[in-house]
Amino acid sequence: MEARPSIAVLTFPGSNDDRDAAWALGSLGAEPVLVWHGDGELPDVQAVVLPGGFSYGDYLRCGAIARFAPATAAVKRFADEGGLVLGICNGFQILCEAGLLPGVLRPNRSLQFVCRDVPLAVERNDVPFTARCEQGQRLTIPVKCGEGAWYGELPDEQVVLRYAGENPTGALDGVAGVCNEAGNVMGLMPHPEHAVDPLLGSGDGALVLASLIDAARERLAVPH
Amino acid sequence: MKATVTVRPKEGILDPQGEAVRTALDHLGFPVEEARVGRVIDLTFESREDARAELERMCQELLANPLIESYEIVVDGS
Repeated sequence: MEARPSIAVLTFPGSNDDRDAAWALGSLGAEPVLVWHGDGELPDVQAVVLPGGFSYGDYLRCGAIARFAPATAAVKRFADEGGLVLGICNGFQILCEAGLLPGVLRPNRSLQFVCRDVPLAVERNDVPFTARCEQGQRLTIPVKCGEGAWYGELPDEQVVLRYAGENPTGALDGVAGVCNEAGNVMGLMPHPEHAVDPLLGSGDGALVLASLIDAARERLAVPH
Repeated sequence: MKATVTVRPKEGILDPQGEAVRTALDHLGFPVEEARVGRVIDLTFESREDARAELERMCQELLANPLIESYEIVVDGS
């Protein structure tokens, strides 16, 4: 049996997709470990997921307060050492506010909360988060956000996912997911953890999470 | 000591909230060319010499996101 890498899933006050993310990771072959926002150290894990939700009530700006949580500081150290970090929705917003990813997420251009399946195009499959996808592959994964319009400046090669067709949030150039320069940190507005079973509309999110799990498994120091 | 920080969407940045307010004003019978929505943060703190520089850092690091927002600091009595 393949080894199950440990993946931390952070819980902030107001996170609401932490358990969905943990369940999805567990069903795809990882050992999810819920980490409380007040913890200043991460347990021994091979990757970290910052889940969706409304951390700290989205006060001031979404993600702006979560940046100061002790657990976020630990994630920053983990990322600086090359650790794998995936931010989903509010997790993406937090990573931008924390300076781990470029840009910022602004209110949707429509001012409406958008909650539906959207088609995405894989712009890069050479990062640990999309290795199971084909370059240019179309994925269907739901978005679920009021502030998902990415805005900022970044070179094209840091765009990992783009909305294919309609742009549900008004994100600049249809950007749906970006990575840092080193490629070990990625954020995306769509929710892969809500699309891991065709029974629920799409299983395409499993490609993203399973890619992360593959990469995390490679980082297990000693095979069991 | 008191200070007021006003944070606004930077010029040229689309402000969907402001646009919604403009439309609502229009419905009320108050046509305006443009509405921009920002926020005001009132701060009360112990008087100190380097308050000005500290306020500047507060804005840069938390109160505003310099990528999309501009800010203005008014220190009471200054």
